[in-house]
Amino acid sequence: MKAKVYVSLKPGVLDPQGKAIQHSVELLGFTGIADVRQGKYFEIALQDAADQEQARESVARMAREVLSNPIIEDYRVEIEG
Amino acid sequence: MKFGIIVFPGSNCDHDAYHVISKHVGQPVDFIWHRDTDLKSFDALIIPGGFSYGDYLRAGALARFSPVMESVKKFAATGRFILGICNGFQILCEAGLLPGALIRNRDLHFICEHIFVRVETSDTPFTNEMKQKSVLRIPIAHAEGNYVCDDATLAELERDDRIVFRYCDPEGNATEAANPNGSRDNIAGICNSSRNVLGLMPHPERACEDLLGSSDGRDIFRSLAATLAAVA
Repeated sequence: MKAKVYVSLKPGVLDPQGKAIQHSVELLGFTGIADVRQGKYFEIALQDAADQEQARESVARMAREVLSNPIIEDYRVEIEG
Repeated sequence: MKFGIIVFPGSNCDHDAYHVISKHVGQPVDFIWHRDTDLKSFDALIIPGGFSYGDYLRAGALARFSPVMESVKKFAATGRFILGICNGFQILCEAGLLPGALIRNRDLHFICEHIFVRVETSDTPFTNEMKQKSVLRIPIAHAEGNYVCDDATLAELERDDRIVFRYCDPEGNATEAANPNGSRDNIAGICNSSRNVLGLMPHPERACEDLLGSSDGRDIFRSLAATLAAVA
C-alpha cells in the first residue's frame, strides 16, 4: 500500500519561493499565471497495513505531527491500494 | 549558575556560545549532546544556531524529535531559562515552546550581515540590563528567518509585551526598509508567556567582542547572568 501526502502553505502565508518561480516562468514567456504556490510531496510505502482506513489514520497523524507545520501548512493524504 | 549548550547534529554556533559564556560571562558551561536527557544540573540552556539535521523537512523540524527535547520542555515548565538563537529559535517554534513559525526570507537569499535591532522590552530575564528602545548592532545569518504568525498571536504578543526585539534602522525606527527578511511587524525575537524562553534570529554570541565588529550582544548574556545571580 502506498500513501501520498501533499503539504502546502496555508492560504495567506506568503510564499517567496512560489513568487520567484512565477517570475521565472513568466520570463520564459508563459502568460496568464495568477499565482504559483510551492509545496512538498511525500510518497510513503506502507508494509503490512491492515486496511485503508487504518493506513489513512496513521499517515494523517504523521502528516499532522511531522510532515507539516500546522501553523503555516495544510496537508492532504491519499491512499493507494 | 551553570549554562548548558545543546548540540544537535548540524549545530555550528555551539562553540561560539560556549566561548561567550566561559570568557565573557565567566560562568561554568557544558555541552549537552542531543541524546542526553538529564538537565538537572543546569540553570540556563542555550539552543545554538546552525543547521540541525541539515534543515531537512523544515528548519528545526527534526531537532524537535531529539531525545533531549522532552527534557527541554520540562526545563521550560519549571521556569528555568532557555535562549534559542537562530536555528535555536526555529527549533523552539517547531517544538511549540514559542508561537509562530520562521519561513523563507522574503527575498529568498541567505542573509549574512550586521543589522540593527531595537530592544522592545526590558522586562525579560534576557534584556533587564538594557534600556527599552536601545539599539543593538548584531549579525544575522539565515535563509529562514521570516517570522510569521496569525493575527490573534500577534495581538497576544503585543498585548503581553512579548515582542522582545524588532529589526530597525540605526536610529531605532522599525521601518520596512530595515526589515531584512520580511518578518511580520519587523519581529526579530519573542519570548513565551512566562518570559523564561526567548528566541531570536540575530546572533548575539557573534557580537561580544569589538574585534568582531560589535560587542552589543554581550548585554543579553549579561542580563541573563544578572537574573541568575539574583535568583540564586
